[in-house]
Amino acid sequence: MDFDPICREEAARVLATLIRLLGSFDLAEEATQDAFAAALECWPRQGVPSNPRAWLISTGRHKAIDALRRRARLEDKREDLLLLAAPQEQIAIEDDMVGDDRLRLIFTCCHPALMIEAQVALTLRTLCGLKTEQIARAFLVPVPTMAQRLVRAKQKIRDARIPYRVPPAEELGERLAAVMLVVYLVFNEGYNAASGEALIRGELCAEAIRLGRLICELLPRESEARGLLALMLLQDSRRSARTSATGEIILLEEQDRALWNQAQIREGLALVESALRGGSGPYSVQAAIAAVHARAARAEETDWPQILALYDVLLGMQPSPVIELNRAVAVAMVQGPLEGLRVLGEIEARGELRGNHLLPAARGDFSRRLQRWEEAAEAYRAALALAGNDAERRFLARRLAEAESHVSS
Amino acid sequence: MQYLLLIYGNEKHYGTLSEAEQNKLMQEYGAYTKSIAESGNLRGGNELDITTRATTVRVRDGKRTVTDGPFAETKEQLGGYYLVEAKDLDEAIGLAARIPSVRWGSIEVRPIIPHDMPS
Repeated sequence: MDFDPICREEAARVLATLIRLLGSFDLAEEATQDAFAAALECWPRQGVPSNPRAWLISTGRHKAIDALRRRARLEDKREDLLLLAAPQEQIAIEDDMVGDDRLRLIFTCCHPALMIEAQVALTLRTLCGLKTEQIARAFLVPVPTMAQRLVRAKQKIRDARIPYRVPPAEELGERLAAVMLVVYLVFNEGYNAASGEALIRGELCAEAIRLGRLICELLPRESEARGLLALMLLQDSRRSARTSATGEIILLEEQDRALWNQAQIREGLALVESALRGGSGPYSVQAAIAAVHARAARAEETDWPQILALYDVLLGMQPSPVIELNRAVAVAMVQGPLEGLRVLGEIEARGELRGNHLLPAARGDFSRRLQRWEEAAEAYRAALALAGNDAERRFLARRLAEAESHVSS
Repeated sequence: MQYLLLIYGNEKHYGTLSEAEQNKLMQEYGAYTKSIAESGNLRGGNELDITTRATTVRVRDGKRTVTDGPFAETKEQLGGYYLVEAKDLDEAIGLAARIPSVRWGSIEVRPIIPHDMPS
């Protein structure tokens, strides 16, 4: 069954509640499918019920119990019989209960006892309703491997008894961080494909943003969740401007800002302010940096000193060589490329980011701006040896050719 | 549901502890064991003698080999275990996180598959 996004969202709500009622991911998935199939069959004839969601949940549950009864008659399955023994009374389905169920589902999918790849896959499958084939394609993994990954994750949830619940208050912060990491991983996979032809996979970005909205809706007091959503919206707003018609990378400073999605920017800017008012965290600060770019009508109007200050704050929260590298770019803009090269030198001296193409690429860019063409060429060669993405490689090759042409002239 | 909490420690690290530090560790273990007994989670547990006192037995093609030492040389070594009753993995993880060795070692949390055993 191919659901459009609204339908998939409704299916996710139904699934989340059925997992709680039936105590099993597999049973609930089957039940959800059966319920939707029944709806497609009944509703055109009998009309849409007054509470469609309750109808779907109730129908799914009954079909699951019927299926268990049939199986129990054929095999002697103790757990199934226990489930059948539970009282069959009408279960009240209230909206806030369903809201809790989706939270339960997110936290269970993103439980640290599951490997991160499984967390991502399970989240996309259950909360976003993506098919196994779609998830496999998005992460460039063979379909049977992805299918096996999902099977193993559900088995682990069942056999190790990972509880289907929202974590208690004292664990919530840590567990929410894990959920947000999964969401951001999904977004990044869509935004920066690690390898392969397409630079951007819009569908993954859309799903990540949808998940980000869900978390904000269900946990309205978590300001970092708003920060994450703001960050994704502001990055996604540039999507149309990031690649040319032929799939070439267009750098931020060269993008046609008329192509930036202003609706996403407006929403993102409002969310950043709201997030920072609630207290700052890494996502909120990264969003604030994206907001500075978003506010500049032209690249020349970018408030780079503010970006540099924000990177200093971010590094204080989350020391990381990648963030230091991004900060070096801001340093080069504020204090000149020579200073940028010095900062890069410090990062290199510590031996970090050794296999990362972004470091030599930055070195190449700074050298280029200083018209040190031999150094630029050397740096771009080094970057090319490491870059994994087709569009990135083409970009670096163009820069290398430019540098080399100056060297020989 | 029952879980086995396997305590992997670093025997080399333990060897560097002073007598006072070792005694303190023993006290911490005593307190932990008492607390999980009181909370109703404890089903069993033991400290294991160090891996130089271990012996590994295998039979292949009917031939028995007995070797000195653990089944494999590992960076961390199994030093003890607790058998606990917990309602779900989160509770088991909570119990594991309070085991004294968790600060430098690793606690593996394994679900038990129950089988009928003669008592």
